[in-house]
Amino acid sequence: MLRRLSRWAVAAPAALALVAGLSACGSDDAGTAASASPAASSAASSSALTVFAAASLTETFTELGKTFEAANPGVKVTFNFGSSATLAQQITQGAPADVFAAASPATMKTVTDASMAAAPTTFVRNKLEIAVPPDNPAKVDELKDLADSKVKVALCAEQVPCGAAAIKALDAAGLKVTPVTLEQDVKATLTKVELGEVDAALVYKTDVLSAAGKVTGIDFPEADKAINDYPIASLSKAPAPDLAKKFVDLVLSQQGKDVLVKAGFDAA
Amino acid sequence: MVLAVAGMTFLVLPLAGLLVRAPWSTMPERLAEPQVLEALRLSLVTATIATAVCLVLGVPLAWLLARVPFPGRRLVRALVTIPLVLPPVVGGVALLLVLGRRGLVGQWLESTFGFSLPFTTAGVVVAEAFVAMPFLVISVEGALRAADLRYEEAAATLGASRWIVFRRVTMPLIAPGIVAGAVLCWARALGEFGATITFAGNFPGRTQTMPLAVYLALETEPDAAIVLSLLLLVVSVAILAGLRDRWVTSA
Amino acid sequence: MGDERVSGHEPDPGHGEPQLRAHLVVERPRFRLDIELTAAAGQVIALLGPNGAGKTTALRALAGLTPLSEGHITLDGRPLHLLPVERRPIGVVFQDYLLFPHLSALDNVAFGPRCRGASKHDARRTAGAWLERVDLMEHAAAKPRQLSGGQAQRVALARALAVEPRLLLLDEPLAALDAHTRLEIRSRLRRHLGDFDGATILVTHDPLDAMVLADHLVVIENGGVVQQGAPAEVARRPRTDYVARLVGLNLYRGVADEQQVTVGDVVFSVTERMHGPVFIAFPPSAVALFRTRPDGTPRNLWQARIEGIERHGDNVRVHLEGPIAVAADITPAAVADLDLTAGQEVWAAVKATETHAYPA
Repeated sequence: MLRRLSRWAVAAPAALALVAGLSACGSDDAGTAASASPAASSAASSSALTVFAAASLTETFTELGKTFEAANPGVKVTFNFGSSATLAQQITQGAPADVFAAASPATMKTVTDASMAAAPTTFVRNKLEIAVPPDNPAKVDELKDLADSKVKVALCAEQVPCGAAAIKALDAAGLKVTPVTLEQDVKATLTKVELGEVDAALVYKTDVLSAAGKVTGIDFPEADKAINDYPIASLSKAPAPDLAKKFVDLVLSQQGKDVLVKAGFDAA
Repeated sequence: MVLAVAGMTFLVLPLAGLLVRAPWSTMPERLAEPQVLEALRLSLVTATIATAVCLVLGVPLAWLLARVPFPGRRLVRALVTIPLVLPPVVGGVALLLVLGRRGLVGQWLESTFGFSLPFTTAGVVVAEAFVAMPFLVISVEGALRAADLRYEEAAATLGASRWIVFRRVTMPLIAPGIVAGAVLCWARALGEFGATITFAGNFPGRTQTMPLAVYLALETEPDAAIVLSLLLLVVSVAILAGLRDRWVTSA
Repeated sequence: MGDERVSGHEPDPGHGEPQLRAHLVVERPRFRLDIELTAAAGQVIALLGPNGAGKTTALRALAGLTPLSEGHITLDGRPLHLLPVERRPIGVVFQDYLLFPHLSALDNVAFGPRCRGASKHDARRTAGAWLERVDLMEHAAAKPRQLSGGQAQRVALARALAVEPRLLLLDEPLAALDAHTRLEIRSRLRRHLGDFDGATILVTHDPLDAMVLADHLVVIENGGVVQQGAPAEVARRPRTDYVARLVGLNLYRGVADEQQVTVGDVVFSVTERMHGPVFIAFPPSAVALFRTRPDGTPRNLWQARIEGIERHGDNVRVHLEGPIAVAADITPAAVADLDLTAGQEVWAAVKATETHAYPA
């Protein structure tokens, strides 16, 4: 039971810490003039920004967070990285987040459907690649090689975005692939390739790049049929709406794009 | 007393949470999904086989630890508890590094027998047994230490060889400890997630056990996850209660 | 009670050769057992000694449960000490019987025959015959915890004998029983030991058990044999304080010169003529006490102080200190007449005819 809910178990204390942190900030500010302002519109009064972002954004958003803090002295950016679906649930359950960056429109839709966010913007796209071990034991070089029953393939489970994308790409190519495993997230899928337990996997290009040296990425044309849009939105119940908007702007700026593209994302 | 009630509440409250949030109206059709039953069957089968494996390997190990003094026994005893403290995911990775296709032993298995454990039902059993075995070993070792050695001496004077002593005297004497250990072991194997998904992967009907199904359901359909959790809970509690009754009445 | 046992054992090898010859040496930190034992077929040897003397260690060494540091065990002319426990032709009755709690009385008795190769059916039949012999057939299906102490003891004896041992080892077989049961079981045990044709070694700290059950006593103290002989002989001529206490005699070492034995400052007249170091023993009942010095010979007479007075059966036992420590048994009436109290000075006298002197 514990193990199955481990992500929740990790997320819950994090959320509590966030709540505690926010209320602490509030009491710090209690003596200042800002407390009189009901809209809390002054930037000085909201010195903390909380961003919920898909796990695949861990490296890039951490970097952008530092940039943001440098540009806005006194502001502390806190991230909660995790599976987009889990994050979306946490937001709809009332987690105090300012910005949500999801790895799929579907997960963002959960949040917009609950009227917790409006008008998400696609800020970046991620494409699938075939990841193979450096020595490429099964000599894979195009998507149809994965349909060979002798090739051991790992895919993401269809419940997670990379799995949905993989199904879309394979359908587009008219291929029937029988994977040996449907992994719970893209990192786990990639790990199976890194350890050489499978001959190939369909993962995001960004993940291949982040595991540079341990896996080799192979582009395939059908990937264009299964491009994953990453939407971002500031949340309607954001404790720090101004900072939220500023952060979304940073992500959408040229500076933000540069960081993301360098990590393997396609510009939106 | 207060603390006991607090402890009880702490253990039971999450269960109550599941019951309260359970989508009772859609329960029947959710349970009837073939994937659900498939995962449940796989869970029960693998947990049971894993327990059997733990019994076969764990009882002699417990006997060794309890009865045979050898240099480094304390170290071995500490090593046995490793799966308890190791995060199961790490355990899964460790298993891959040893029994995986490129693992130390796995490589040899594949080249010699053309057989590879990861992504197979046998792999699920291996992962579950790895994580659950300490429960059995610790429980049986405790029972062995508590058992009166003189019964074994008495058996020897009656002409019983070591093996007969073990089978006809020691085993019956420590039977309650073995049963308790096996039950713990089975329960732990049934709930195993981290090592299983890491080592054996997740494929419906072959390696997707209930905990894995629950976890993935949580990604998209929390209600389904609750239903699956409840099902697993009800089935395991029913089986354990059944065993307990049987054991208590036969003793 | 017919003898259903199959007499499968060979005739004794060599005439007059004892069935069991053993030299048992077990070294432990701060303890060393070193005793020699011999036993003829059908003989019952009692190992008698205080707690910690090494009796049980000796028994365990015979059974093979404690390894010998040195020495040997020969049974029926063959070296027993080279065999592992389970291959020794022995039967052991343990102090608290150690009946297997998960097996019925019948299966406990059948355990040995089964281990020694009998079929399940034959083993149970043999076991049934043995339960019959100890009059417990109606309890065949009972689990050990349902048996009384005496019944458990009999099952344990049946279990030990059911393997047709050549050597029967009994460790305090009556110690766990209450006084009443003990009496009955002791006489039953005596009968069964009489039927047993192998050698029996019995460990006990109870002199009565030893006297009643054994043909030969071996007294062990501090890991060594201090005295051995027929029970009557040991009872009459104790050679250590422990044995003297066991058999209820006052015992002293002295020097004899003709019919006179000097023990410290006290001179005893005795009936035996001897020279040199001797033991002199007399029962507490042979001691008479006086408030004033009695007339007559100064021999067998000394002045003592009462150290303590206690009830002893129907009599009163008076412990005396003085030139020699003595126990005296007198009647309660005498205590009243003499008005004895602890700390009092009295005169003690022993009749020469009740003393017994023998070479040390």
